[in-house]
Amino acid sequence: MLRYLARKLFIYLLTFIVAVTIDWAIPRFMPGNPVDALVSRIALMPDANAALTSYFMAAFNLDQPLWQQYLNFWWALLNGDLGRSIMLFPTPVTTLIGRALPYTLGLLLPSILLSWYVGNVVGALAARRKLLDNTVLPLGYLLTATPYMWLGILLAWVLGSSLGWFPLAFGYDQSLKAEWTWKFISSLLYHWILPFASLFLVALGGWAIGMRNMIIYELESDYANYLMALGAPQRLVRKYAFRNAMLPQITGLALQLGAVVGGALVTEIVFSYPGLGWLVLSGIQNQDYFVIQGVFLFIIVGVLLANLIVDVVYVIVDPRTRVGLQGDAA
Amino acid sequence: MTSTSSSPAAPAAKSGRNEILYFAFRNTKLVIGAVVFLIFLLGAIFGPMLATHEPLTFDAPPGLPPSADYWFGTTLFGQDVFSQFVHGLRSSFIVGALGGITAAVIGMLVGFFAGYRGGIVDEVLNMLTNVVLVIPTFAVLLVVAAYLSVRGLGTEAMFIGLTSWPWAARAIRAQTFSLTSRDFVGMARLNGESTFRIIFGEIAPNMSSYLVMTFILLFGGAILTAATLDFIGLGPTDSISLGLMMNFSVMNAALQLGMWWWFVPPGLAITAIVGSLYVMNVGLDEVFNPKLRAL
Repeated sequence: MLRYLARKLFIYLLTFIVAVTIDWAIPRFMPGNPVDALVSRIALMPDANAALTSYFMAAFNLDQPLWQQYLNFWWALLNGDLGRSIMLFPTPVTTLIGRALPYTLGLLLPSILLSWYVGNVVGALAARRKLLDNTVLPLGYLLTATPYMWLGILLAWVLGSSLGWFPLAFGYDQSLKAEWTWKFISSLLYHWILPFASLFLVALGGWAIGMRNMIIYELESDYANYLMALGAPQRLVRKYAFRNAMLPQITGLALQLGAVVGGALVTEIVFSYPGLGWLVLSGIQNQDYFVIQGVFLFIIVGVLLANLIVDVVYVIVDPRTRVGLQGDAA
Repeated sequence: MTSTSSSPAAPAAKSGRNEILYFAFRNTKLVIGAVVFLIFLLGAIFGPMLATHEPLTFDAPPGLPPSADYWFGTTLFGQDVFSQFVHGLRSSFIVGALGGITAAVIGMLVGFFAGYRGGIVDEVLNMLTNVVLVIPTFAVLLVVAAYLSVRGLGTEAMFIGLTSWPWAARAIRAQTFSLTSRDFVGMARLNGESTFRIIFGEIAPNMSSYLVMTFILLFGGAILTAATLDFIGLGPTDSISLGLMMNFSVMNAALQLGMWWWFVPPGLAITAIVGSLYVMNVGLDEVFNPKLRAL
């Protein structure tokens, strides 16, 4: 079990290093220069531009040798310094991320966990039941094929614009101050429902289909046939099948995390929800590269942590990994 | 012999093919998926010829609902939505195909060699696969796209392909692994055939149905990812796409103005295309895998 976790930890560490290197390398090796972009925004006389460029190059330590820049980058990172925002100068990027993070987590965690749970239950119920299967399957495929933002826009249009049941944008009523009053919290919840629903619905389909297929596979396996031959009740056989089918779904949860995070980012953009996605969008629109890079690193760390949690859960759920047998394929 | 490995008592190759066609045409999922997919494919190929207006010129009255002159209405700025739609369809298919092919090629190479060679090659390739698998792809694309000031369909497709291959590699590796221990691979090895020939002459044909299905899923995934990138405004800077249409319509509050004809078609098309691919995939699975047929 320790070997299993150690192996995983090693991969995550490696992933982290690769990701940080990508984050460091992209601005430096891509065509175009952030400093040029910054200077051109100020738009001065040509010789003033040149002076400014060299000033900024020095200020951001871009005139040092590459290896030195790389080490600097790590050093700053390990000290929790992600640079300062350009659009909201001089707010540190970490402050901006800290402000946006609760909104993103508040959207992501419930939608991931609930869609996973509900999808699994619905999928398990649908397997080998003609009537339910014929409705769950097409609906599931339709939902997984839907782009996150489009479902969000559609929900906003029908439930927000046309019916006026839900607000179209923002994390809370803009006339309220952010404080812990009942009024503010209810406004938060009210604004949370639509973005949550669109994330939840899109993710739901994939889980239901996956679980349905796994259950059909399990119900055809030897142990299921044996149980049925013994005359065990359907419920019991299904219960065993469900528990076995859970394992790949747990691994699937880890694999899907990145996609769901991407979905959450665009959903936030649709609803102008003040989370990380909204932050990234304003970063892109204002060419605030430090914000984009900082959010990127933050997402990486978050996804790696989530993967680690999934691994630990897997070890707890699957006894084979504990006694050193080959449980997971990786 | 290609199709005999899965079912030991399979008839000769020719009637085996007929059998697959027989089941293919009787599989509702496959037929429905293929028909929907073909309709959109034809729209992407011939639509731009039917369009009477340029997608990005402002030559129509603004904000018109669908009519005989403007089949899908016009945008807030007087652009023909139908023309944008069919050109966007074309972009989507191009990105899907290029991105899907790139990912499939990388995934196949990594999967085949890791699964066939085993040992240290497997360790290294597996490590690489796992690292790329864990990195949230979309975040990487976000950063890359944000730094590229000029973006074309090709670069977009290539970056999507470069980041979406790991699950395919993993699946193909597992399949290759199980095929490698079969007798016919051992025979080929005794014959002294090269690794390349064994992989592409012996192993790959025996999992061709699996490879086709993997490509279909990669294709659909690439279309979805491209639409999402375009929607954030990181799409191609030199052409129109379905994601960009959604981006424009949302940025210009088409929703609040009640101009549904501007943002419903692109999303509906993406959902229909990707959904038809997924459904086709299930249908193909049932056609190729006799165990799943009798449901």
